[in-house]
Amino acid sequence: MAGNEPSARPRAPHLQVYKWGPHMTASILHRVSGDGLAIVGALMFLWWLGALASGPDAYAAFIACVWRDPSPEITLFHQVTNILGKLVLVGLTWAFFQHLFSGLRHLLLDTGAGYELKTNKLWASVVVAAGVLATAATWIHILAGTF
Amino acid sequence: MGNGTQLGKVRGLGASHHGSHHWLQQRLTALGNVLLVGFLVVSLLRLPLGDHGAVHRWAANPTVALALVLLLVSVFWHLRLGLQVLIEDYVHGAARLVAIVLLNFYAIGGAAFGIFAVVRIVLAPAAGLAPGGM
Repeated sequence: MAGNEPSARPRAPHLQVYKWGPHMTASILHRVSGDGLAIVGALMFLWWLGALASGPDAYAAFIACVWRDPSPEITLFHQVTNILGKLVLVGLTWAFFQHLFSGLRHLLLDTGAGYELKTNKLWASVVVAAGVLATAATWIHILAGTF
Repeated sequence: MGNGTQLGKVRGLGASHHGSHHWLQQRLTALGNVLLVGFLVVSLLRLPLGDHGAVHRWAANPTVALALVLLLVSVFWHLRLGLQVLIEDYVHGAARLVAIVLLNFYAIGGAAFGIFAVVRIVLAPAAGLAPGGM
């Protein structure tokens, strides 16, 4: 089977011989954000949905773990998970926007458009910047409603 | 396109023997995800997420429940295709087979868990139970 055996066939040069460009950043971020959403994002969503179906107590336990524990004496465990939960949610927000924007870019590239050097560079950069900006805007919106 | 045999060209399956199914399904589920996950994210931003009753009533709405079921199918099919490519790029030999089997368990099991959770939410009143008492 393919994989481990050495081969005499010509091989593509490794990544480090190429000059790094925005299209390479967009490409690797598409994979990172997609796989992050596929594992962490999907599991968080299932945890939330399962807690919602299981009733008010299970749902309150979920919120107390990942967002804010309302009890006056918060356990050390929940103090840690309350911070960790918000970090993960910020990360998932970024992954969502990044994967959405670079995914739409891929759908456009699939039509054969946008491969000219300048155009490709421009939209790869726009997609990465838009992911960060949309994440910042979303969390400003969330935190403005919280406080 | 290509220099395959006449029959190979007609079947259009290429070296992987799977043709463009994987590629096409990834794009089609991507379009589904844009609509369905977009709907979910906007809903999450507008819902009082700390209020179990309010979120439960939202999810029990037939239109929302249908969207959630479609979302689970589209998202888990899309993530199965995406993680398959990740495994094919980085995992080799016998470990790859194990990884692909585990991936299928994760994708099908996760989607089934999610869809069953939606069914529990929708049918809680029909079963004569308080929301979430099922």
